[in-house]
Amino acid sequence: MRILALDSSGLAASVAVVEEDMGEAVTVAEYTVNYKKTHSQTLLPMLDEIVKMTELDLDEIDGIGVAAGPGSFTGLRIGSATAKGLGLALGKPLISVPTLEGLACNLWGTERIVCPIMDARRGQVYTGIYEFRQGRLAALENQMAVSIEELGEKLKSYGRPVVFLGDGVPVHRQALLERIMKDCDIAFAPANMNRQRASSVGSLALRYYKEGRTETAAEHKPDYLRVSQAERERAERIQNQ
Amino acid sequence: MEERKDVLILAIESSCDETAAAVVKNGREVLSNIIFSQIGLHTLYGGVVPEIASRKHIEKINQVILTALSEAGVTLKEIDAISVTYGPGLVGALLVGVAEAKAIAYAAHKPLIGVHHIEGHIAANYIAHQELEPPFLCLVVSGGHTHLVQAEDYGRFRIIGRTRDDAAGEAFDKVARAIGLGYPGGPKIDKVSKEGDPEAVSFPRAHVGDSPYDFSFSGVKSAVLNYINGCQMKGESWKQADVAASFQKAVIDVLVENAMRAVREYKADKFAIAGGVAANSALRSAMKEACEEQGVTLYFPPPVYCTDNAAMIGAAAYYEYLNGTRHGWDLNAVPNLKLGER
Repeated sequence: MRILALDSSGLAASVAVVEEDMGEAVTVAEYTVNYKKTHSQTLLPMLDEIVKMTELDLDEIDGIGVAAGPGSFTGLRIGSATAKGLGLALGKPLISVPTLEGLACNLWGTERIVCPIMDARRGQVYTGIYEFRQGRLAALENQMAVSIEELGEKLKSYGRPVVFLGDGVPVHRQALLERIMKDCDIAFAPANMNRQRASSVGSLALRYYKEGRTETAAEHKPDYLRVSQAERERAERIQNQ
Repeated sequence: MEERKDVLILAIESSCDETAAAVVKNGREVLSNIIFSQIGLHTLYGGVVPEIASRKHIEKINQVILTALSEAGVTLKEIDAISVTYGPGLVGALLVGVAEAKAIAYAAHKPLIGVHHIEGHIAANYIAHQELEPPFLCLVVSGGHTHLVQAEDYGRFRIIGRTRDDAAGEAFDKVARAIGLGYPGGPKIDKVSKEGDPEAVSFPRAHVGDSPYDFSFSGVKSAVLNYINGCQMKGESWKQADVAASFQKAVIDVLVENAMRAVREYKADKFAIAGGVAANSALRSAMKEACEEQGVTLYFPPPVYCTDNAAMIGAAAYYEYLNGTRHGWDLNAVPNLKLGER
């Protein structure tokens, strides 16, 4: 089984091919760029590089895994539209992988609670609370948009060591250390695993594919976790009337 | 002469609030033209909301493309090139079409051709008028654009006039809102104006001093707002249809006047109109009359090819295809893409 995986939900863009043969899954290729160029300019050239380098015939993939949100609205759509276009042309199914599950999988096997955070602006983070139970990722709290303070309260209620990762860390590291999680056992993931990696998305997509959690390319859409600003403001106006 | 094989182009357009796909043969024959209009959604907000438009594009785009292929009776395999609008427009909306088109072209091993949205509008005339060939002059008028353009050749354009502030269609939308007609303003003003007196109120015809072909519509828009405010202050009533008709006449007079000045200066014998406002019935009849007077042949597309659609993108892409234009996998959306830029 072979999965092409894409993640353009955050600042990093990442493409990977993950394969499973007789129960043994490996990453065939992974290309991650965390640079100021837009994902629109990087994502497909990165895929092209992987295809050339690994002599990949795209007709021989089984499905396309994509980090389906939350994240930057535009970034999510670039990944989704790319996955949808590939799925349409190749006639392959898509597998939506929640962005924060993908991120959490970077830290597979840790005893700590895993807490990926992405800057969601408006004083919030996109986050989720995860652990590894019997070798599998399990959610203690599914992905959500909350304030960093609220997240801190939730984390402290478990009374367990925590490891943070994600592009929200540089924004909140100091507050977590000095205030929110003061006197708690917390750690921050290192450079090799602290940002979105498509191999994690692909690894989860393999599992979801086998569980039948696929969708057609036409059906797929990102899960933003938030309505648009215009919809929010309209709802507020109606409520205040 | 060597017989050339037919060229089938799959075109995708998502620059504003229509999700559209089409299959076009040899740049002139439309095999399918599918448009999913989001207008109902945006009406709630009195105009296009970019984030909502982008979200809707991603939900609908595959379905629209698949329908375009099946209605045309062709498979992706039979398509010769994939074309897509990459600017100008709303960046988030454009990106959906661009990413989708690139992925399809890449996976299906087809050439990718990025198309300028306004060049698409101009090319809509090629679909409606098989005999039309450049050179000709063209007035492009829509919600986002007001350009007087010389189409020198296929894929070669020179802008000779443009708006300095609001686009003509934008002025229609703003005035429609002010006089209580709502969104979208263009068709609503067109309709209600038929019952109004275009001479009822005298609104200014703005001319831009240093350029005889440029336009300015913010002045006439403000004049309408001032007129309504003035009536309200004085406790006088005003007639919606009269204000609409008088405003519309003021805009059209300037469009026609500048267009005809260009016709004389450039000694054009063909004049085309394009873009959403080209569907306006009063503009069409005023242009028809003026062109007849000047002995110029007037071209305009049927309304379905005036508003945003993908068939026009496929028509423009055909000539780009023949010219050898091919875009790379790093093609990006360019929200302020200039006309004629390559």
